[in-house]
Amino acid sequence: MNLWIWLILACVLAYAWKLVGYFVPAKFLEDPRTSRIAGTMTIGLLASLTVVNAVASGQALAADARLGALGAAAVALALRAPFLVVVIAGAGTAALLRFLGWS
Amino acid sequence: MKLLASPAVRVGISISIATGLYGVSFGALSVTSGLSILQTMALSLLLFSGGSQFAFIGVVGGGGSGIAAMSAATLLGMRNGIYGMQLNALLRPRGWRKYVGAQLTIDESTATSTGQEDPAEQRRGFWAAGIGIYVLWNVFTAIGALAGSGLGDPKQWGLDGAAVAAFLALLWPRLKGREPVAIAVVCAVATVIAVPFVPAGVPILVAAVVAALAGWFSHGRRDEGLEPDIEPYAEHHYGRHGCGSPGQRTEHGGSAQPGAGS
Repeated sequence: MNLWIWLILACVLAYAWKLVGYFVPAKFLEDPRTSRIAGTMTIGLLASLTVVNAVASGQALAADARLGALGAAAVALALRAPFLVVVIAGAGTAALLRFLGWS
Repeated sequence: MKLLASPAVRVGISISIATGLYGVSFGALSVTSGLSILQTMALSLLLFSGGSQFAFIGVVGGGGSGIAAMSAATLLGMRNGIYGMQLNALLRPRGWRKYVGAQLTIDESTATSTGQEDPAEQRRGFWAAGIGIYVLWNVFTAIGALAGSGLGDPKQWGLDGAAVAAFLALLWPRLKGREPVAIAVVCAVATVIAVPFVPAGVPILVAAVVAALAGWFSHGRRDEGLEPDIEPYAEHHYGRHGCGSPGQRTEHGGSAQPGAGS
């Protein structure tokens, strides 16, 4: 139940960001800092989420099959594979490594 | 039939199919991260922004709190506000269209619209991509969620590896040039250092602060990191460094120039 509250709040705030753009005077666009922070934060958050999902296990760091998934995804992306293929490559590699005994 | 003759509508339809399809991976990962099917659908219907949705389930799946998940999703949604400003200057929607258009304001609908020259095409591109992605993204989220809930142990299927791959795939198109790569590396290192010291989910917010500081003090391109996950004009040449990129348009004095027109 608790998660529902944060989920709905996340939805409300996401819509608020979008709507703010339509009501804020366009001169805000002239300050390049605003859009640059939006951009660098997007990069930083996605990099962080990638790493957390690859090596964090609660508050500990772990090297397991997920590292293999990270490598496989990088190779797939370098080969310009579409999004879904990249995701399947990640899943398949993690599953295979686990099947071979690497947790 | 007349609509299909519009190049913007055709681009909008193809980007809708490509983006909609990966809703399957969101739906499946969301239920295996511990969200219910109803919560998964609420994210796709109401939040409707791929990166933020993945961020929310990524934090929850990693054992983070609801408030950390909400914060990560919200910080990642800031760029939609920038897109909203650009689209408002470009399309000048009136009345209810503003409120509906706002919900459809995401990377791909913005890129489809700003990649067009003619104002009527810009409008068609936005609505075609926005409505098309909204419908297909939700249909495929539902399919993924139903399929994912019948999978049993997600680890056996490597779904934790799928989440890693999904985040890297969202990051990848934004790593154009030396500076975005440097920001990504610094934030990744900051995350690893923070993991043992703060509760799950919080390292992501630490990285957000580092990234915001980098944006504040650096002097990179103003549209850095504002690339769509799937580039609608990839086959043509007016992609990244041409008129297709939202931020650059304004610098070239295009029709997104604030205050231009009426």
